[in-house]
Amino acid sequence: MSKIAPIFKREYSTRVRKRSFLLLTIIGPILMASVGILPIYLASLPEEARSVLVLDKANVLRGQRGNDEVQLRYLGPSEKFELEEAKKLFLQTEEYALLYIPTGSEGDPDFIAQRVQLFGRDDVSLAVKEYLEDAIRESIESDKLRAQGVDPALIALTKTQVEIHSFNLGEDGKQEQSAVELKMAISFLSAVLMYIFIFLFGAQVMTGVLEEKGSRVVEVLISSVKPFELMLGKILGIGAVGLTQFAIWIVLTTLIYIGFTSLFLGDRLEALRAAQEAGQTLDQGGMQALVQMVESLNFPLLLGGFLFFFVAGYLFYAALFAAVGAAVDNPGDTQQFMMPITIPIIAAFAVSTQVIEHPDGALAFWFSMIPFTSPIVMMTRLVFGVPAWELGLSMALLVLGFLSTTWIAGKIYRSGILLYGKKASWGDLWRWIRN
Amino acid sequence: MEPLLSIRSLVKRYGAHLALDGIDLDIPRAEVFGLLGPNGAGKTSLIRIINRIIEADEGEVLFNGKQITAEDVRRIGYMPEERGLYPKMEVGEQALYFAKLKGMSTAEAKTSLKEWFERFEIESWWKKKVEELSKGMAQKVQFIATVVHRPELIILDEPFSGFDPVNADLVKEEILRLNSEGATIVFSTHRMESVESLCRRIGLIDRSKLVLQGEVGEVRRRFRENLYRIEWKPLAPNSGPIWPEGVVALETNPAGDGAFRALLRIEHPATKSQVMSALLENAEPIFFEEVLPGIHEIFVRTVAGQLHA
Repeated sequence: MSKIAPIFKREYSTRVRKRSFLLLTIIGPILMASVGILPIYLASLPEEARSVLVLDKANVLRGQRGNDEVQLRYLGPSEKFELEEAKKLFLQTEEYALLYIPTGSEGDPDFIAQRVQLFGRDDVSLAVKEYLEDAIRESIESDKLRAQGVDPALIALTKTQVEIHSFNLGEDGKQEQSAVELKMAISFLSAVLMYIFIFLFGAQVMTGVLEEKGSRVVEVLISSVKPFELMLGKILGIGAVGLTQFAIWIVLTTLIYIGFTSLFLGDRLEALRAAQEAGQTLDQGGMQALVQMVESLNFPLLLGGFLFFFVAGYLFYAALFAAVGAAVDNPGDTQQFMMPITIPIIAAFAVSTQVIEHPDGALAFWFSMIPFTSPIVMMTRLVFGVPAWELGLSMALLVLGFLSTTWIAGKIYRSGILLYGKKASWGDLWRWIRN
Repeated sequence: MEPLLSIRSLVKRYGAHLALDGIDLDIPRAEVFGLLGPNGAGKTSLIRIINRIIEADEGEVLFNGKQITAEDVRRIGYMPEERGLYPKMEVGEQALYFAKLKGMSTAEAKTSLKEWFERFEIESWWKKKVEELSKGMAQKVQFIATVVHRPELIILDEPFSGFDPVNADLVKEEILRLNSEGATIVFSTHRMESVESLCRRIGLIDRSKLVLQGEVGEVRRRFRENLYRIEWKPLAPNSGPIWPEGVVALETNPAGDGAFRALLRIEHPATKSQVMSALLENAEPIFFEEVLPGIHEIFVRTVAGQLHA
């Protein structure tokens, strides 16, 4: 088995030195960190107020001035202006949009509410449109209430904001802040990452095999090493490239994220931490809840789980990818044999979007047991908590699974790599496996 | 002495197709052996079985008298007909990789490769990528990768294809040098030009069977047609030798300066002595030589003969 070492080394070092590896290694964390940073950054940007020109024929808005983001300026007196004039005027000004509220049907508010028009030079932002809709609706609703003899202020008084704080109660009575939203996000991210990694590096195994076949290197290699050693060295080498990339991503993403948050949110986090150390519970809502949620996650389990399911899932699929590469003669022919590989991966991904909603359901259970789908589906479930026996069984089945695919792929690979100028049929594959 | 490589009753089938049909072959140590045969005859299958790339269905391959093992295959250097190098890899790195796969240590491999690169005057290629090389250049690198680990047995499948005449001679020289240092050489080809100048023994495979094998001179004598080329100068003008019964003069031509040259077939009851006597009677002999068929002719005759049989 000593021959696996130089093969492993070649596969690893030639790939790690490639420019594309470097590029992906740098771009990956920037992309991932920006997913976390961008919303924070955007939220911290001061919004510029947008001025909207209003022709309110029905006097629905009663001269409201708007808020910090949307300012309303009225064309008046309204009965002197028609829509066409207002449009011309609007185009001569710098105003952001033109709102037209018509009148008619004896001032029936429901009739008017259906016929409001909004004009902009380009698409009007959704936020502005929603603000205007809300303003018109509230105004009409108040009118209707008054018409029924009800004071709108009374209604406002009865409005109640409800917020449920959910907790996970452990067997030992320990309660933890529940973090469903965060967990769902992490669950989805895990599934996406697993999906990308298996495809990305599995496909590299396939193209690697095809390259050796195409350049006929394989014949020279096979006279020096066993086909199985060659296949295993390649799979392990490329897998190590994947792990390296993953490790760099994790480290860089963390660094970028920490760097950014301490730079922009440093003061607020400091205050929060100081308050916590002093035993105070600041009623700072969101931020404190977030920190508590993050602390409630079992990161060692998540990272460990991801490593295991990535390695085992990759091994499971990489062997199959290697077999496909060996069975065909050029990249164009891979399609036929790729189907049985891509369908389970895509299915697993599709199922995982359901599993996020019901992580303990029957669908989640079965798909996290079948080795074809378990790497992705189990990663989706893991953050929500999985009984130890289920996790253990799933892992054991996956190990059995990759041992079997490696064994089967080894047989196909051994016969396939020396078959030139011809694409194997399903019958050929079956014959090779039985041999 | 026990042959280095013995092949016993080897059979290989691909489905219904019989690729090798009971091949028996001995390749003595330090020999230069030519494995001949038309395309598709089974040469490559045989070579692949020797290298344990594929398995035989029946029969065995003995290396030094014992069933060949993976360990033995390390002592073989094999250059396949379809050359294989990683196009994106640097030449030196690649040669090192192959040497290491054959079990050399990095230091050993580097020293040996340096020697070879100097010998072929290609030191400047070390950092070049294979895809930047011409076909002939890549061929040289491939040859070095094949022999760098000083194999006992060197198997070359069509070694001269892709080389210009100058480089073909260079490689031919190196093959002979390796042979003089004790390596056994097997090379397979369907082109006969290089065979007679290189091989001491040949084996001819045609349609899955070994139809001919032996020492080159012995094989040529086996195919002798009793043809002789004779040159003489008549003692008197307008006279000449009178051939005994059984001699067929296939052609007789003036050879300049009053001499004549003839191609004779000497058949029963005539003998070489009778022909010589006849010659001495009327002429001054210049030379008398048996014409043996070339390997090329034997090849064509054997393969064509099989075709008609």
